[in-house]
Amino acid sequence: MLKDGILDPQGEAVKNALNSLGYNQVNSIRQGKVLEINLDETSKEKAIKIIEKMCEKLLANTVVENYEIEII
Amino acid sequence: MHAAIIIFPGSNCDRDMLSALRLAGHETTVIWHKETELPNNIDLIAIPGGFSFGDYLRCGAIAAKSPIFCEVRRHINRGGYALGICNGFQILTEAGILPGILQQNIDTKFISKVIDLRIKNTTSKFTYRYSTESKISIPIAHHEGNYFAREDDLKKLHDNNCIAFEYINNPNGSSHNIAGILSENHRVLGMMPHPERHVEKAHGCQDGYPFFEGLLHIS
Repeated sequence: MLKDGILDPQGEAVKNALNSLGYNQVNSIRQGKVLEINLDETSKEKAIKIIEKMCEKLLANTVVENYEIEII
Repeated sequence: MHAAIIIFPGSNCDRDMLSALRLAGHETTVIWHKETELPNNIDLIAIPGGFSFGDYLRCGAIAAKSPIFCEVRRHINRGGYALGICNGFQILTEAGILPGILQQNIDTKFISKVIDLRIKNTTSKFTYRYSTESKISIPIAHHEGNYFAREDDLKKLHDNNCIAFEYINNPNGSSHNIAGILSENHRVLGMMPHPERHVEKAHGCQDGYPFFEGLLHIS
């Protein structure tokens, strides 16, 4: 997800489209990405650590993005 | 001068870059991104525009992790010159070599047109052929050209005279009208506009020529 305060023109365009469909209760939209990762690792703790590294190295650009990891 | 042009799947301005560098008198070598070595006598690395790896994940993010990039980083770390234009600029920021990031244009549209630039730094090897009074016309063609950097990074860019080019009429929402920036040692330049598209008579404008010609004297 884009960090707070970072302009999100795509989210804004989607919000405007929903408003024009009559959903006037939509005040703002922030658009992000979801990546489903199938990992060869049985330990949850290890899996989170590995994915954290992946986020820092490639998956997120922490200049403007935050990331959250969820095991499902 | 010997320039290496790095090509990724999806690069599409590599031939323009090659042609501009040759026109100015540079010797050129083309390097595929899977290579793990650069020739020894390289003076300049040029990363061209395009849509490397289809802009998947984020523009430039995957190219910045490609095998040749260890060598690119080594060249830069020992004080070598490097140039990234358009997608090349995005790759240099994703690699962490230049600060900030290029985000989607503020109006979410792809912009392809000729814009005017002001030269902010006229001492770097990339820009010394221009004067601060110069206004140059250079094409832009991008969807993610909206330069963003943290306040402390922007301050550093100003303090170290690292802002090379500024838009006269900001087309994409870039912070501080930034169109191109230099590394702290002024030897790495990233810019969104395409000087290689304004070098020949047939281009109708040759404002980009002094940029490539000036680079002949980097070593």
